[in-house]
Amino acid sequence: MDLDALAGCLSSSACLVTQTTSGLIIGMLLFLVAVGLTLIFGVLKVVNFSHGAFYMFGAYFAMTAYQLTGSFALAMLAGAAGTAVLGLIFERVFMSRVYGADVLMQVLVCYAFVLIFDDVVRMIWGPEFKAMGMPAAFQVMPLFIAGGVVPPYYLLLIGVALVAAIVLGLGLSRSRIGKVIRAAAHNPGMVSALGINTGLIYGGVFALGGMLAGLAGALAAPVRSLTPGMGFSVLIESFIVTVIGGMGSILGALIGALLLGLIRSFGSQGFPLFVEGLMYLFMVIVLVSKPTGLFGKEAA
Amino acid sequence: MTELEAGRAQTLVPVRSGPALGRYRDLLIALIAFAVLASLPMFTGSKALLDFVIRCSAYGLFATSLNLLVGYTGLTSFGHGMFFGLGAYSYGLIMQKLNVPIPVAFIATLAITTVVAAIIGAICVRLKEIYFAFVTLAFQMLIHSTILSWASFTGGDQGLRGGIPRPAFLGIDLANHVHLYVTSCALLILGLLAMRQIAQSPFGYTLRMIRDNAARASFLGIDVWRAKLTVFVLAALFASMGGMVMALFVSGAYPEFAYWTISGEGIFINMLGGVSTFLGPMVGTVLLLLLNDTVTRFTEYHGIVLGVVILFFALGLRKGLLDFVAEWVAHRRDAGEGR
Repeated sequence: MDLDALAGCLSSSACLVTQTTSGLIIGMLLFLVAVGLTLIFGVLKVVNFSHGAFYMFGAYFAMTAYQLTGSFALAMLAGAAGTAVLGLIFERVFMSRVYGADVLMQVLVCYAFVLIFDDVVRMIWGPEFKAMGMPAAFQVMPLFIAGGVVPPYYLLLIGVALVAAIVLGLGLSRSRIGKVIRAAAHNPGMVSALGINTGLIYGGVFALGGMLAGLAGALAAPVRSLTPGMGFSVLIESFIVTVIGGMGSILGALIGALLLGLIRSFGSQGFPLFVEGLMYLFMVIVLVSKPTGLFGKEAA
Repeated sequence: MTELEAGRAQTLVPVRSGPALGRYRDLLIALIAFAVLASLPMFTGSKALLDFVIRCSAYGLFATSLNLLVGYTGLTSFGHGMFFGLGAYSYGLIMQKLNVPIPVAFIATLAITTVVAAIIGAICVRLKEIYFAFVTLAFQMLIHSTILSWASFTGGDQGLRGGIPRPAFLGIDLANHVHLYVTSCALLILGLLAMRQIAQSPFGYTLRMIRDNAARASFLGIDVWRAKLTVFVLAALFASMGGMVMALFVSGAYPEFAYWTISGEGIFINMLGGVSTFLGPMVGTVLLLLLNDTVTRFTEYHGIVLGVVILFFALGLRKGLLDFVAEWVAHRRDAGEGR
């Protein structure tokens, strides 16, 4: 515990800016993963334990595409589109078999795929740490805001995630497809009776969730190291986010992710060894005071 | 006699005589199982086999206790491993820091587990399904983080090293491999017998009712929260016992004992062996340990093999092995009676 360092950071504008930015990028990446998780839970009513694997695949797809083409845009596209396809296949072939089954059964199928996917990545890309490297376009002078150092890439990352959040939010609340998805979450039987193919919606939502997680992985690839099993810590953290925010709530996922990002970045100043512990402590406190999460609806 | 009283009298009769007979049968089976296991060192000098049984004891106690929550009460805990870790660490720390006899450390560890489980359980059991699962997971990770960050006390990521003292007591010398083996077997059988008694007691049937319909149980005047908390603490005690057996076996305690993967393995073991039969988790334990030992010998990609096996059980059988066998036997018997 190092409370002096935390107090020192809080009173220095440079440190405040740096830590807030790093908290925001952690938060935005977490949001992208968590919002997919919460969407899948909200519509399909399954807890996708293998969601972290899509984040991992997104990062590896982006790295490979970047190495092959040298284009950052194509790398992002590969990360997002590749995981969307993967999500669709995974949902249609495997997850669709355990809808309505015991939670335990669903978790187990996902757990099996966590093991399998990690080994598949190990087979294809090798067990060692990999780095995609920062694209040349972003290897420029960092910005100085109030004495704090902010790399331009961080701003891009936060911007892309924000745009994704807004598009998703508006898409779900305004568009026709969004309305159908929300209706399917509420009453799949009725939606099906209206002649809408619910299987297609389920597959689509799963693909969308996978795509968002893949995009997060692709965005993270230039600034994080890649390793088989990298999805798991992200998975656990995004679970904390969805549970804090309330399962199924997109706004909750955003608020939860930002809170958790800030707890992580400022916590690393004051409690360097207990950062993980802080997150869990926060989750416990939230759930004890409000068992359905901050924005969760009370179960009937 | 009113109709109601008549109904009650009818149901009371089998409840009174059934468990009593069953108790003697269970005791007999336990004694035979212990005699067979304990005499094993007389027939084989294989240290590997004895080690295997010790590991089965540790994991078996843990997995069976998890089934009290998952299978009997319908409480899917993702954090049950915390009590396995807590048992191993409490026991190890007490033996290393305080110079007390082993039975004292054993009982002290159970006392610590009771207190910790009561506090954590009081918070967790009022939550439903997936929230319960995640809060237990959060507590598990909280304990894991505490072990890692409190390095001066717990040894941090290096674990509790330097060996745990094993002073002889009552003529039992746990530094002796055969003594350690027989003690582990005794703890396993005693633990299983106690858990069997809990599962077959009226309290055990209350748990099943809560699992099947908590609202109905509540209408019948059962304090659901209290019953859940009680079984949470009881299960924690047996998991903690498993942790102690493990600490005795490796003469140390490591942060992995309290990591989420232990809980994941526990759930997996239960699914593998079956949750609707009492001995299912025990069968699952033996299967998983055998599987782990064999697969790691043949391939470095054991995740794929384990994953495929899990898929086979989850999507193919849709239940654990012993559940499957039990159903098959029942089906055969029904067919036989029908003829």
